[in-house]
Amino acid sequence: MSQPPPGSANPLPLRDRVKLPRQHMPEQPSELRILNFGEVNLGYGPELAQQEAQRCLECAKPTCMDNCPVGVKVKEFVQHILVGDFSGAAAIIRQDNVLPAITGRVCPQEDHCEAGCKLHKKGESLGIGYLERFVADYEQRLGIRHVPTVAATGKKVAIVGSGPAGLSAAGDLVQKGHQVRVFEALHELGGVLVYGIPEFRLPKGIIREQIDYMRAMGVEFETDVVVGRTITIDELMHEEGFDAIFIATGAGSPQFLGIPGEHLNGVYSANEFLTRINLMHAYEFPAYDQPMLDLHGKDVAVIGGGNTALDTIRSALRLGARKAYVLYRRSETEMPARVEEVKHARQEGIEFHMLTAPVEFLPDEKGWLGAVRCQRMELGEPDASGRRRPQPIAGSEFEVPLSVAVIAVGTSANPVVQSTTPGLNTDKRGYISADSVTQRTSRRGVFAGGDIVTGSATVILAMGAGRRAAKSIHEYLIDGGWGG
Amino acid sequence: MFPIVEAGFIAPGIRRFVIQAPRIARKQQPGQFVILRLYEHGERIPLTIESSDPVRGTINIVVQSVGKTTRLLNSLEAGDAILDVVGPLGKPTEIKQFGTVVVIGGGVGAAMAYPGAAALKRAGNTVITIVGARTKELVILERELAAVSDSLTVTTDDGSYGVRGLVIDKLRRLVEQGTRIDLVLAVGPIPMMKAVADLTRAPHIPTVVSLNPIMIDGTGMCGGCRVLLDGKSKFACVDGPEFDAHQVNFDVLIQRNSMYRSAERESLEEFERDRAAQIGAVRGAAAEACALSEESR
Repeated sequence: MSQPPPGSANPLPLRDRVKLPRQHMPEQPSELRILNFGEVNLGYGPELAQQEAQRCLECAKPTCMDNCPVGVKVKEFVQHILVGDFSGAAAIIRQDNVLPAITGRVCPQEDHCEAGCKLHKKGESLGIGYLERFVADYEQRLGIRHVPTVAATGKKVAIVGSGPAGLSAAGDLVQKGHQVRVFEALHELGGVLVYGIPEFRLPKGIIREQIDYMRAMGVEFETDVVVGRTITIDELMHEEGFDAIFIATGAGSPQFLGIPGEHLNGVYSANEFLTRINLMHAYEFPAYDQPMLDLHGKDVAVIGGGNTALDTIRSALRLGARKAYVLYRRSETEMPARVEEVKHARQEGIEFHMLTAPVEFLPDEKGWLGAVRCQRMELGEPDASGRRRPQPIAGSEFEVPLSVAVIAVGTSANPVVQSTTPGLNTDKRGYISADSVTQRTSRRGVFAGGDIVTGSATVILAMGAGRRAAKSIHEYLIDGGWGG
Repeated sequence: MFPIVEAGFIAPGIRRFVIQAPRIARKQQPGQFVILRLYEHGERIPLTIESSDPVRGTINIVVQSVGKTTRLLNSLEAGDAILDVVGPLGKPTEIKQFGTVVVIGGGVGAAMAYPGAAALKRAGNTVITIVGARTKELVILERELAAVSDSLTVTTDDGSYGVRGLVIDKLRRLVEQGTRIDLVLAVGPIPMMKAVADLTRAPHIPTVVSLNPIMIDGTGMCGGCRVLLDGKSKFACVDGPEFDAHQVNFDVLIQRNSMYRSAERESLEEFERDRAAQIGAVRGAAAEACALSEESR
């Protein structure tokens, strides 16, 4: 463990690398950032990145890479950072991940690559996500476009949905020489990346640049097309000549709680609340036309404990909310949100109320939302998810005065494509049935992946599905076989 | 970009547009709508498709000036373009032979009722049409509706044309006379649709209304357009926009549609302060975008 690995550009012996602390991510101070929608994390500069890269143990068998859903060659790109070849590092990542500036910001690395990092056992894992973000931003600032040229195969692939699964598949397929066209229902490309994730975590400019890069690679995009309504899967295949289709529509249908008062003015789904802010720029009203309720001096709560819930409530705070609460029916241990997001939210002054479940939204004298009645919960035996099931405590009901409540308890399958595609099998919850390796559906030439198959998951898992689909679509287009 | 092929006023403040949108024109069925966004800073609004021409690749919409977006839209001319038009959205009107159908259009709702009336007529129904307007000059599509109706009654609030009174008065007379009615299809202002529902509930006349809640995406993603039907939430954009009138909670719809009233007023006042400049900016941006897409072709 004492000598650097043979041929390493890092002069430090391994035992010294272990002693180096993880480089801190520079952040916008919380008292400032709650007044704006600018990014919270500011990113490493070259110096910090190289210092952090020095911590890599350059393992002979790197387990970080095994843990990455898209298989980014972590050790290799970190070695390029060590020698100052940042563009080279970006190019290595791009071989497996077409959206590094995005995953460098929103991928839960602590569950994937960083969980597999050997440093993790000795202390803090390597800041792989921070390094990925650094090289991706570096490349974007230089405006470098390594656009590989490949021979055209003459095959056409339609991709339904421009979210992470669709973009990832598009990037891989175009690099194989196929003609790729991405159809998007909204006016803006990026799916959940644009309507779901706020500017302070993922700036829209970053998404736009990543998509421009894909355009330069030859991917075609068409917005304002709702597949299933504007055109069907069958029409794409038989009338527009697409040889294969990848359905990556996500799980976009918001779930409500089914409790009384959900129709009151002031109760939003997280999808609507975030879409108004992120996609429609309602926070810049009246410079943008789409309005939202004025939150200045208002008490706002989000119901749920995932990243979407935190994105929602942190947005509300930035829009002037006086009190901003998270109401979650389990305890903090079960919260699905990223640790970093919870930390940031606490710094910003968000109040967390655990083991709290709403039972009714109550109107004020105008008939708008005035309060939420909640009950306290306790944890019982583990449920199907392996987490302890929350159970109500009798007689524990209490009211919280509120002007706005946002429901962020998950999403379900939007049925528009499934219901207009005969022969496309779905499970009983309406998600498309697809093979977990080949992403093939019950329809020949039709593949599906991401949240529309698995239910809501993460950006990187959707991208992993996109990569598997691209590989499988390529094989299908080359040999034409579908099999039994 | 979606070029405007024709544009003209059909009544004061009510304009018909013919828009180049070939994909939508091919698929449109009665009762469906589009969502449009005029320019980069614009909001998304839903508008019912009046008719379409699949051969020419165009759709027609009829727009009444109400708020900023509709006033801005009604300032556009043939040769201008709309940034985003998406559709056709929503479930189509159920078209089959019911027997005798009363089609009711209130105000600009007459244009929305027209495609349903035409399709129901083609399906072999006896179509009794009632359209109402505040005053004579706001009566629209009279000729078109007459052509697809077995009988057409026009009402005006002030009696300046047709029968003095409201569409509901005429419907009430039909019901009281014992006219056999197998279906009522009503499109128009919410109070009108509510009155129709109240009238046909007791005699159990099947009644369909087309609801117009506030929408954003129009694809079932945001849930903003949820309406309460027999105590259950439905999304008007994907489960509707047409629903069984007797199940609709109209009071909730009225309340929800008032949610952004103060912002809407602010937006409109700002627009009216600097009308010419804002219209000019939208038209200029559209022209520029069209030129760019010509170039890249």
